[in-house]
Amino acid sequence: MIATEYKSGSNLEQVLSRGGFAVTAELGPPKSTDLDLIKKKAGLLAGWVDAVNITDNQTAIVRVSSIAAGKLALDMGLEPIIQITCRDRNRLAIQADILGAYLLGIRNVLCLTGDHQCFGNHPTARHVFDLDSIQLIQMVKDMRDKKVFACGEEIKNSKKAEVKEPRMFIGGAANPFADPFEFRVIRLEKKVNAGVDFIQTQCIYDMERFDQWMEQVRSKQLHKKCKILAGVTPLKSVGMTKYMRDTLAGVTVPDSYVERMAKAEDTKAEGISICVEQIQQLRKTEGVAGIHIMAIEWEEKVPEIVEKAGLKRQ
Amino acid sequence: MIVAEQKPIEEIKEFLTGHKRILLLGCGTCVTVCLAGGEREVATLAPILRMSGNIEVMENTIERQCDAEFFDAVKEQAESCDAVLSMACGVGVQMVANIFGDKPVYPALNTKFMGTNDGAGQWSENCLACGDCKLGIFGGVCPVTRCSKSLLNGPCGGSVDGKCEVDPENIDCGWQLIYDRLKALGKLNVLVDNTVPKDWSQTHDGGPRKLSREDIAEL
Repeated sequence: MIATEYKSGSNLEQVLSRGGFAVTAELGPPKSTDLDLIKKKAGLLAGWVDAVNITDNQTAIVRVSSIAAGKLALDMGLEPIIQITCRDRNRLAIQADILGAYLLGIRNVLCLTGDHQCFGNHPTARHVFDLDSIQLIQMVKDMRDKKVFACGEEIKNSKKAEVKEPRMFIGGAANPFADPFEFRVIRLEKKVNAGVDFIQTQCIYDMERFDQWMEQVRSKQLHKKCKILAGVTPLKSVGMTKYMRDTLAGVTVPDSYVERMAKAEDTKAEGISICVEQIQQLRKTEGVAGIHIMAIEWEEKVPEIVEKAGLKRQ
Repeated sequence: MIVAEQKPIEEIKEFLTGHKRILLLGCGTCVTVCLAGGEREVATLAPILRMSGNIEVMENTIERQCDAEFFDAVKEQAESCDAVLSMACGVGVQMVANIFGDKPVYPALNTKFMGTNDGAGQWSENCLACGDCKLGIFGGVCPVTRCSKSLLNGPCGGSVDGKCEVDPENIDCGWQLIYDRLKALGKLNVLVDNTVPKDWSQTHDGGPRKLSREDIAEL
């Protein structure tokens, strides 16, 4: 199959479209110009995943831009998924970045609302939210498929020039654990209608609730209209487990995991075991097309998780 | 109404440094209702200012500081003072500056928002004056104002137990409110439709807004 038959031709798109069980991970860029850190993280992940999310000022903390870090990752042999949030940029800035990212060889974007700035290190900043994540998905899709900007103008440099549109594989996020629960699948449906190609979920610990959500997803056939990658985050310690359970909005951790972590002699190994078990269970879930491993500041464990889960890349 | 609250007294005193005779001017409309800058608050603030320094404080309250027609009543006082301390919202303060062009004018209040009175000493923001009201679609709950991110297509992942993660103790999730209202009205189907990007040119993003109505001008 030649690349032009794909929407974007990205590696992630190719893996998913041939029915492979995709593996993605996350690479948080540094809060400085520490190039070595990007190299180190990219080196740990290259060859182990199909693509890697490059976060965009994650939790509203200033970091190297996702496009710049994504280009660096690409040069190191790792396919980037550029995260774009609606918090820091308006429709002009985002479209300019989509054009630029495409020229740099980036083919995947993940369209997010973005954490509120009050959680980050510039809480007095003004936010943007010119668009929401669903409108962002629609805009990137229209740039690709209708070949127009958000204003409706064709993507060409002059009247006589050729149309040259950015062709991105478009991702979105879904949180099966936030409220109102019944709205969560409606919101996914809205993303599908806006043109999302793949979805990465919030990290899953409450498998029961995830199954309920997937049941609703399947009843609306949404898993056939977009590829759903289930999010997992390996637990590192008892403290982190409790933090995830008690503090993070939209994340629920069952007490059984807290107990297992508390009883374990080697908590880190237990966290990896839980994660691998989850992946194996998620892999059997109808409609789950891949796994998204968010090993927060624990990228070195991704190869181990991938290997133990039997998902080593070809 | 427009909701405001008094500035810290030290900030007000700082404004008045060097002034000998001021007019403390209250406003009889919104800030009277929200107990921030009406006749009563003028009467409370005036003696505090007098006690704090060698300053003469004249007191008055007009019906509305946002309307030029009510200023005649304080013209003489304004002429005889060397600064006006306005207890109106930001709109009124600017009108004072406009009318008494040669007088320094200072705000005694911080203007907070347009909102409702939710009980004794409680107010909350409900309208951002976006210029293109969509309350008819969203069950009478404004997503632009009530959602911390002004999202138009449903709640973000930070909605838990009906609360917004930005401040779970004090902020309800606007989208939970919209969802509950539409559910009660049997209109959840409207939430499936994607809402297109907002025309922000109708808001302040289009520049300071003006409204002219010929039907009124011709009267």
